[in-house]
Amino acid sequence: MIMPDMDSLAHPQERRFNPYTENGGTILAIAGADFSVIAGDTRQSEGYSIQTRYAPKVFRLTDRAVLAVNGFAADGNMFVKKVKQRLEWYHHAHAKDMPLRAIARLIQTMLYARRFFPYYVYNILGGIEEDGTGAVYSFDPVGSYEREACRAAGAAQSLVQPFLDNQIYFKNQEAAQGTSHPSHLPLETVLSIVIDSFTSATERHIEVGDGLEIFIALSKGRTLQGMESIRGLQELTVTEDGERLFVMRRDLKKD
Amino acid sequence: MSQQSAFSSPGFDFSNSVRNNFLQEKGMPLPKATSTGTTIVGCLFKDGIILGADTRATEGEIIADKNCEKIHYITESIRCCGAGTAADTEFTTATISSNMELHSLSTGRKPRVVTVMTMLKQYLFQYQGHIGAALVLGGVDSTGPHLFTIHPHGSTDKLPYVTMGSGSLAAMAVFESSWKPNMERSDALALVSAAVSAGIFNDLGSGSNVDACIITATQTEMLRNFVKPNERVEKERHYTFRRGTTAWKSENIRDLIVNEDITLVGATGDAMDTS
Amino acid sequence: MSIMEYNGGSVIAMVGKDCVAIASDLRLGSQALGISSNFQRIFPVTDRVYVGLPGLATDVTTLRERFRYRVNMYTIKEEREIEPETFAHLVSSTLYQHRFGPYFIEPVMAGLSKTPSGGFKPFIAATDLIGCLNFAKDFVVAGTASAKLFGVAEGLWEPDLEAEDLFETISQTLLNAVDRDAYSGWGAIVHVITKDKIITRTLKGRMD
Repeated sequence: MIMPDMDSLAHPQERRFNPYTENGGTILAIAGADFSVIAGDTRQSEGYSIQTRYAPKVFRLTDRAVLAVNGFAADGNMFVKKVKQRLEWYHHAHAKDMPLRAIARLIQTMLYARRFFPYYVYNILGGIEEDGTGAVYSFDPVGSYEREACRAAGAAQSLVQPFLDNQIYFKNQEAAQGTSHPSHLPLETVLSIVIDSFTSATERHIEVGDGLEIFIALSKGRTLQGMESIRGLQELTVTEDGERLFVMRRDLKKD
Repeated sequence: MSQQSAFSSPGFDFSNSVRNNFLQEKGMPLPKATSTGTTIVGCLFKDGIILGADTRATEGEIIADKNCEKIHYITESIRCCGAGTAADTEFTTATISSNMELHSLSTGRKPRVVTVMTMLKQYLFQYQGHIGAALVLGGVDSTGPHLFTIHPHGSTDKLPYVTMGSGSLAAMAVFESSWKPNMERSDALALVSAAVSAGIFNDLGSGSNVDACIITATQTEMLRNFVKPNERVEKERHYTFRRGTTAWKSENIRDLIVNEDITLVGATGDAMDTS
Repeated sequence: MSIMEYNGGSVIAMVGKDCVAIASDLRLGSQALGISSNFQRIFPVTDRVYVGLPGLATDVTTLRERFRYRVNMYTIKEEREIEPETFAHLVSSTLYQHRFGPYFIEPVMAGLSKTPSGGFKPFIAATDLIGCLNFAKDFVVAGTASAKLFGVAEGLWEPDLEAEDLFETISQTLLNAVDRDAYSGWGAIVHVITKDKIITRTLKGRMD
């Protein structure tokens, strides 16, 4: 039998448990004039191991709000569950869905409530505002948030965000003589840029890959304008007002 | 002494160490070198040895090289796969390869795999594990086919099928389930390919293509990019910019073509006086 | 804070159709403090070979002189200009010699190598700080903005770009990457190497 080491018992000992891990993956969202696109890859990893090739990071909250969560997967799933619960209560109390800007503020208070034991997640909320415009809200883990036109977060944020700056905001690009850059891009262009952002991130980041899930929220009265037949598109919901929500799935490289 | 600066002494140069240790003590950690996260394998079959490797090199979680070569040349019938610190595997195998060439020139015989293995382990042991090379060595010599693994501290193993690197468990699982003694060449090649593929798809440190090398008593076949299961799909858009998109402040053009203008002086067209 | 971030800076090289380009920012910093907005870290080696040295500024100067010395010795001994492939191995072996006390530099090389038929073939390469060579067919990056450069370059780069198109692509890649990096920026310089001329341009970009 091994005798306890009396010397070590004489001194105070410190034991530590780290409740957080990082599960890789990347999310991104882009707002258009009358639509919003929210996307995320589906790989979940820890260290050099893949835990699953299909773990959704993007969730439908209402018919016009979609939430993408990235970081510590357990916290992310729990957080989405609690947001959905609060939205259900709101629905029971007010007989309507919570508007997007109100969901954004709700997420802030829910995150800040855990200021000293935070949900280890980066949130991006996308959808359609009450005025019919496409919107993207991005959050830090403790609730600081901002409305933007585009945002990337997660493992490959540093790879994707500067690419988006260039292609969405036209940063560092001089417009041709007598023209100016558009402030909002058409849906077809945005979708191509989203897909190319993810295939690029998959090429150069080990934690990105396996699958891609893109949610598309359309404002009322807007049609897909000939994009109905696009590969892998599936309609989720139509509201009475005419807002529509779609999801599109693509494969990414699995190495 | 004046000669010293022109001909530097062989071996490693430690002249930056004092400075670097000082910086490290100030709380600045050493940057990480390129590592080959890696799946490397080797297996014995009826006629010889097959080595296999993936082609991904990483710097942390970023992929630095999508198609690097991890099966290194030692001699015509001996090859070596490297995992660990990329520069170390590259230079260690190159040094030993050079030494083996000189060795065979001086002995007049073809080098043996054990000789290479012994030189590698003695070299790595000398550096007490600071040279981070984990190797799979295989080849055929006058005594038959041989397969070894060599760890960074210099320990070695001799086995009929081996794997190393971060994808070693994934690859070994394939070997353990399907390897049999005296396999046919095509079966063994398929097995090596399956083992490396297991690493490529299940280990994040490994990826891209499968390289293989078949060594028999009569010939060595290097199958570079034997399987390419991870080609990038075509992009959705083209990203060429309109010329003039980037604003610039100053320009300097250095002409590499030498232009000579010949100006005749003196007599206009008269023949040279050769009298 | 890593030693590579002490002075900041990034370099990228790209291959085009019968041409190559190499570009860098111009910032020299002391951690978060900007010191100079005109710090050159790309140097000509021969007429058609350039090298970029991102990393610790003191080592930029030291290695630049060391390479100049070794290339001169090579030229005198061989009585010919050094080829880019050979120069890449010279860089690699110099860095590996200092394996256990490294220079904090991750060199990027770009040039045109002579073919047996008398033409020129694009060549780019990069090494890590202990000399592990990376020969790529498309682009190589290094420095504090390397992750950003990888992401943008992977999106923007296309094969067979003409010299003027390659200039746009490498400039856009560099500018957008360094704008998201706190340790790089403060101006940029681009060199496009073609078979008969070298175009050098300083770019207009954010100075914050």
